[in-house]
Amino acid sequence: MAYDKFTVLRDTAVPLPTENVDTDQIIPARFLKATERTGFGDNLFRDWRYDVEGNPKKDFVLNDPTYSGKILVAGKNFGSGSSREHAVWALYDYGFRCVVSSFFADIFKNNCLNIGVLPVTVSPEFADKLFAAIEADPKTEIEVNLPEQKITLLSTGEFETFDINEYKKSNMQNGFDDIDYLLNMSDEIEAFAASR
Amino acid sequence: MEKTTLFDKIWDSHVVRHVPAGPDVFFIDKHFIHEVTSPVAFLNLEKRGIGVKYPHRTIATPDHNVPTVDQDQTIKDKLSRMQVEKLRENCRKYGIELHDLGTAHHGIVHVIGPELGVTQPGMTIVCGDSHTSTHGAFGAIAFGIGTSEVEMVLATQCIMQSKPKKMRISVEGELGKGVTSKDIILYIISKISAAGATGYFVEYAGSAIQSLSMEARMTICNMSIEMGARGGLIAPDETTFNYLKGRQYAPKGEDWGKAVAYWKTLKTDEGAVFDKEYHFDAADIEPMITYGTNPGMGIKVKDRIPTAEGLEGSNKASFLKSLDYMGFEPGEPVKGKQVDYVFVGSCTNGRIEDIRAVAEFVKGKKKAENITAWIVPGSREVEKMAHEEGLVQILEEAGFELRQPGCSACLAMNDDKIPAGKYAVSTSNRNFEGRQGPGARTMLASPLTVAAVAVTGRITDPREVFDN
Ligand code: SF4
Repeated sequence: MAYDKFTVLRDTAVPLPTENVDTDQIIPARFLKATERTGFGDNLFRDWRYDVEGNPKKDFVLNDPTYSGKILVAGKNFGSGSSREHAVWALYDYGFRCVVSSFFADIFKNNCLNIGVLPVTVSPEFADKLFAAIEADPKTEIEVNLPEQKITLLSTGEFETFDINEYKKSNMQNGFDDIDYLLNMSDEIEAFAASR
Repeated sequence: MEKTTLFDKIWDSHVVRHVPAGPDVFFIDKHFIHEVTSPVAFLNLEKRGIGVKYPHRTIATPDHNVPTVDQDQTIKDKLSRMQVEKLRENCRKYGIELHDLGTAHHGIVHVIGPELGVTQPGMTIVCGDSHTSTHGAFGAIAFGIGTSEVEMVLATQCIMQSKPKKMRISVEGELGKGVTSKDIILYIISKISAAGATGYFVEYAGSAIQSLSMEARMTICNMSIEMGARGGLIAPDETTFNYLKGRQYAPKGEDWGKAVAYWKTLKTDEGAVFDKEYHFDAADIEPMITYGTNPGMGIKVKDRIPTAEGLEGSNKASFLKSLDYMGFEPGEPVKGKQVDYVFVGSCTNGRIEDIRAVAEFVKGKKKAENITAWIVPGSREVEKMAHEEGLVQILEEAGFELRQPGCSACLAMNDDKIPAGKYAVSTSNRNFEGRQGPGARTMLASPLTVAAVAVTGRITDPREVFDN
């Protein structure tokens, strides 16, 4: 499905420095029972956010009003584990449009690109800088510029450029998805299928 | 001629179009779907007003959240029931083959694909489930996809993928007694870490791998994703052909000979270059178990949990958080720790060979008092064989509870949950926090180790029980 276009995003960020955050933490399996794509944001990081009685856990960052924003700055190897796209739906539904990390799991990254959450891979040093800056001042703003492939810490002007393949970039900028592309080449696909 | 790898051969022959500065348009031979990751894909097709392009290339089964008792009755959990009913409805509507609950080939999608002979060498196979890598054991390119991609495959039989890098992991030599393929893969992941193969597709090679049965190969390929790899594969050989011969969807008659001739060409050329290579010696591998909350946190059962020494910053914090969740101390041994549950099942180790191994081990013994022991066959076919071979009787006499096929406590979407704080030694593939139920503490091991734990009630090296 087409999604919101992404060009330049300037916002505060939520820090989650934990490493190896797997998709079972992002959205536990027991919340995958829906047959539609709505309401997953409520269960984002469910077991880290709420105790067994459903009370918010004070020490978890999403429950800390100090931090907010459409950007999630995450620890190394974010999104490992399952292929469940529900993990990205949950992030999107909660309000995140961009996830920054020094390392992403493969399928997760693909899923992000497919539904319009921009995964930005930065160096471990830059990730540390972002964490430190957000911790020092939760109101610090980050700018993610997709056309220029550039992420900037606005308080200091420090920036890094990031990789994204041209095709995916133009999809994100235009809010297109792969199916639009594939449907436009059905003849070619049919010919290929017939040869197999 | 250019030297290519097995992976290149299959990948390149499935590229419909190279998108300039973009991914490849990649053709999918077989697509498996289940009840959890498909409903939204079908919904989106409807919204777009399009149908399923090649229904005969998709096969469906409900496995992730189905109950493992009373499968002949209506599913009690409302949401699970809705997902299963949606799957049935979509299969009917679009003419997709469904192996429904209670039918002869129902089971975990990655168990029934090979069993039916749908999975064959040289194919490209996807499913909205990361452990689709299992099918790579047959020399196929198989990997997990997200729901948007499930929709793409239904609509066009293609997805857009950039070609991953290539890695080869060779294991040479002979495995010791009591060491299984699960130990091989847990050992490899512990060496290269839970993210060590991210961005790669792995070929497993070497004499130790070649000597394995198809079931054992599937266990290894299954867990490729647990080191971040997109998938893993093993070159097909006589073991593969023998397994496939005569299966429902395997080629028959003249076609069989043609297929085998083609399959024999599917191997890495001598001198072909990989982006990364690892070599391991089978003699170094011993029974393994995980102590933390990702599959890379594995040690030999006889060893101690590592200390935090040398770790810094968020590395150290993540390590300690993980041990805290598990209730373990850095540097302590795991052997002898009391366990509450054992789980034999999942697409990693829920095949007949696994059940045979457990049954052989516990024959004439009883499970320990403190243990609840669940055994969940990966499919109806496995269940049937376990009955016919008398394994069920052996297991029940030992105090195991046999359940009906499904994913069960592997991801605890149904009622098969390990209670908070309890320890489970499991033959499944993930020990993430809460994977087997909120607060559950999972330790991954081979079916043999799990059998030994069931009998002693504690973390045990299976070889020590053998020797008595
Ligand atoms: S058994 Fe576990 S890993 Fe395998 S498909 Fe089911 S949930 Fe996934």
